Amino acid sequence: MVLLTRKIEFAASHLYHNPDFSLEENRRVFGKCNNPHGHGHNYTLEVTVAGEPDPVTGMVLDLKDLKEILEREVMQRMDHRFLNYEVPELAGQIPTCENIARVIWQLLDPKIKQGKLHRVRLYETPDLFADCYRNGAEGVKVS
Amino acid sequence: MSPGAQNGAVKIELGRRYRFAASHRLHSPDLSEEENCRIYGKCNNPYGHGHNYVVEVLVSGKVDPATGMIANLADLDGFVEREVLEPFDHKSLNEDVAAFHATVPTTENLCIEIFRRLKPFPNAKLERIRVQETSNNSFEYAGDNPEGFER
Repeated sequence: MVLLTRKIEFAASHLYHNPDFSLEENRRVFGKCNNPHGHGHNYTLEVTVAGEPDPVTGMVLDLKDLKEILEREVMQRMDHRFLNYEVPELAGQIPTCENIARVIWQLLDPKIKQGKLHRVRLYETPDLFADCYRNGAEGVKVS
Repeated sequence: MSPGAQNGAVKIELGRRYRFAASHRLHSPDLSEEENCRIYGKCNNPYGHGHNYVVEVLVSGKVDPATGMIANLADLDGFVEREVLEPFDHKSLNEDVAAFHATVPTTENLCIEIFRRLKPFPNAKLERIRVQETSNNSFEYAGDNPEGFER
């Protein structure tokens, strides 16, 4: 088994606000991230695919194909967008690192035909990231 | 918030990096002076030396649909600040941290000590700790978590 990772960067804005919370509660729970006009980050996404190298090409999957999938599924959807309002997959969710990583996983998983998606790591800043894996035997229900 | 905010078919971990600067000296009282010098080399210098350590903390849990979070960063930051950064930053690990009075403060042992200190974090499950001693050396510890290194 070999792991292959490709990295891309995109810039996007977001804000954290739960309409079910009071204004005070939103401010207390989300702090500066609750600023109503939003704020932005340079996100770094690392996508790792696991598989056996093809005996003929020596590749787990063709990086060109992965690049195109990332361009179509992630860059076109999220780059230079306001995540709360412009990404339908995030509608009704707080666009935290955890939720964005999961949405990216859900977008990429069915598109990767060679090898298997192993990990999605999304950095919101160099010091904050979320990792998404296929769920193991932990008993979290499949939605 | 929509049911999509549940974890679903994936496992999600939150990673956060922290930094502290500290000194240490690698010296074992069970070894002779020559052995200490041979094994630890420059790290055995009697006056110690320091590093800018980077600590990566990974926690897992259910993403709360109301907040979109595994754990509120303010809570995690406060816990790490209290348990690790405040007692370690700008300290001598050998002299100022009781755990290293009788244990050599290698970064392997530092990982284990930091894991022990952060394990009780109440709001999420501690998965593993990675400590970078320099940009070329890093160490990881996952306790007895059988999945810890399969990621």
